[in-house]
Amino acid sequence: MKRKPNARPRRKTAARAIDFQTDWTYAPAPESTGHIQLRERYGLFINGQFVNPKSGKYFATTNPANEKKLAEVAEAGIADADRAVRAARQAYETVWSRLSAAERGKYLYRIARIIQERAREFSVIESMDGGKAIRESRDVDVPLVAAHFFYYAGWADKLAYAFPGKTPKPLGVAGQIIPWNFPLLMAAWKIAPALATGNTVVLKPAETTPLTALKLAEVFRDADLPPGVVNIITGGGATGAALVNHPDIDKVAFTGSTDVGKLILKALAGRKTKYTLELGGKAANIIFEDAALDQAVEGIVNGIFFNQGHVCCAGSRLFVQESVADVVVEKLKERMETLIVGDPLDKNTDIGAINSRMQLDKIQAYIKIGRDEGADFYQTSCKLPAKGYWCAPALFTNASQSHRIVQEEIFGPVLAIQTFRTIEEVLEKANNTPYGLSGGVWTDKGAKIFKMTSKLRAGVIWANTFSKFDPGSPFGGYKESGVGREGGLQGLMPYLQLA
Amino acid sequence: MGTTEHAKQPVPAEAGSGAGKRLPILKTYKLYIGGKFPRTESGRYFTARAPNGTALANLCLSSRKDFREAVVAARAAVEKWSNATAYLRGQILYRIAEMLEGRRAQFVSELVAQGSTETDATAEVDASIDRLVYYAGWTDKFQQIFSCVNPVSTSHFNFSVCEPTGVVGIVAPEADGLLGLVSNLAPAIAGGNTCIVLASNTRPLCAVTLAEVLHAADVPGGVVNILTGTRDELSAQFASHMDVNAVILCSSDAAEIQATQIKAADNLKRTIVRQSSDWSAPEHQSPYLILDTQEIKTTWHPIGS
Repeated sequence: MKRKPNARPRRKTAARAIDFQTDWTYAPAPESTGHIQLRERYGLFINGQFVNPKSGKYFATTNPANEKKLAEVAEAGIADADRAVRAARQAYETVWSRLSAAERGKYLYRIARIIQERAREFSVIESMDGGKAIRESRDVDVPLVAAHFFYYAGWADKLAYAFPGKTPKPLGVAGQIIPWNFPLLMAAWKIAPALATGNTVVLKPAETTPLTALKLAEVFRDADLPPGVVNIITGGGATGAALVNHPDIDKVAFTGSTDVGKLILKALAGRKTKYTLELGGKAANIIFEDAALDQAVEGIVNGIFFNQGHVCCAGSRLFVQESVADVVVEKLKERMETLIVGDPLDKNTDIGAINSRMQLDKIQAYIKIGRDEGADFYQTSCKLPAKGYWCAPALFTNASQSHRIVQEEIFGPVLAIQTFRTIEEVLEKANNTPYGLSGGVWTDKGAKIFKMTSKLRAGVIWANTFSKFDPGSPFGGYKESGVGREGGLQGLMPYLQLA
Repeated sequence: MGTTEHAKQPVPAEAGSGAGKRLPILKTYKLYIGGKFPRTESGRYFTARAPNGTALANLCLSSRKDFREAVVAARAAVEKWSNATAYLRGQILYRIAEMLEGRRAQFVSELVAQGSTETDATAEVDASIDRLVYYAGWTDKFQQIFSCVNPVSTSHFNFSVCEPTGVVGIVAPEADGLLGLVSNLAPAIAGGNTCIVLASNTRPLCAVTLAEVLHAADVPGGVVNILTGTRDELSAQFASHMDVNAVILCSSDAAEIQATQIKAADNLKRTIVRQSSDWSAPEHQSPYLILDTQEIKTTWHPIGS
């Protein structure tokens, strides 16, 4: 750059760099846990009460940030799943299907309000049980949970307007299986539309994150929701299988891995059971040279490091146009250095704990795979706590389309970066995956946005933004990322028969 | 070919074999793949028969390779057809109806030859034509019914639209050789998908003749591919092919349905099972049948402040 001879000399680059060692340390600001009430042991929530499991088995749920046991929860067996489905069936036939739609909706409004009142408690437990930063559980998960119930509450008595020419009717009993990455939010995504459309529910939370669902049972009880309308059974994969294989469920809603989704589909083959599947993803986040690069960098960070990267729609494949690749990667690394990894309950924490030992092992295995495949690895220099499961934010540059870190879902804070020159090239690469859940595009050109958003084969596209969610916005995948939509008007359809 | 009896052309009833009469030209029934009319690569055939056993025609007994080639053709046609304007797709569907109307007599006589009464055959052809007109009218309207702008609680413009699922395999119903096929084909292509159709094995004649109609109606090559053959051999291929996005199985056979759904799970194919004893029933024409092979895409963009 040419400078006028008598202009004041600019400071050297080195002097302008931010000193992360001194400028970015924050005093601890932990959220209080004093008001949290957890029982030592939780039974199964069936027919409006917590009952002991017929299996007689319990397992511990731990805090991934310190590996301490939080509570014991029941492990539902086949007999327990059967009991829960029977309770749901009875509630459907004797109470819920006879209730007026408007009254049904009023229960959902009540539930939404109680969740808002107990928001802090839910946020703290969510962060303790799952490891996510309190900033996210407090500002994203729990508000969206309340909003989701509020949104679907209003649909209960308006369903006829949603499907012109059709008469919608409920299906009956829905069996719902949810993952550990957004435990309470996924419970809301499943339960709210099911109840609004007049179905009853048996919900199975994830093995490592059962607590907020069990606290949600308290909300249902406090809202006087009729017993059996929602039943919650805890356990692992075997419990989920018992629910899917139960002959008296009319609908399966599953969020989890693509592999398990395929197993569920095969188990449902030949049955009349309807299903929705929200499965894995490997979203392309595409940065063009004409994008607002600083905003794009924020979007990249939000896309892959949100919720420790435990996000099915995470922007885990970054495509940067070649002309700006160096500057984007440099800005990204600088920004990553500011991310605070640590105590999920600390209000300054950006990245909390990895959800489980198993998941941490998987992420580390992928990091090794990526290095062995020959991509260049970078990980931030932040200190990690001694106890608990942690992974500092990481990225690979010079990743290529055939690398496993580009093809497979890592489900952790690990980004794979590729570069591109033309729109055609990046579309080809972005769509060359069995997945199709989400995608991102960053450019200032309107026509380019519409070209990209219409050509990307994925169910949710964020343009000049990323990782945004709303109860009114349908969510779900193309191809092997799933079947059906959750959220919005479209989220009603999987819970209805349209006569 | 190893038949002992010669397969006869069903149509020209007035063409006798008396002295001085003209010898009729028999029609060769072939496949329709990528806008061309090839024979099966396998060289095999089967004989379509009238209910009394009279041979009507020899048809291609399609192989798995024919099916794979049809998938390649269908995939290649996705880009153009899914991006064709809704208006153009409507024009082409209407054109199919026009062409079919012009060849009513041929379709009626094929259906009669395969066992329909004259009255039923006429009704089936008329219903098929009308159904194509019905879907011609939906191409530029279903999007308006099923799309929406979503009022999200952040400063974003958010909208959801339908996009075609992609390559759709259709195992057409055995009964109603024309109307059953049209009822399943029309909503899929109206929505911008491309298709591979396995025609009725027992009533295949109209499917092949329909291919000629499609060709004459400017349906781009590869948008519709029509195979003749057996379900036993091919329906599993429809379910298992990894580059097929959805399969519409017209069947009431529990074992076939289950086997299809198991195989289809391997690439999360959308599986749609349809069964009917009467394809002329009103529930077999609906925009919701277009929606069966649509995906919902939701797009977010900041509004700015």
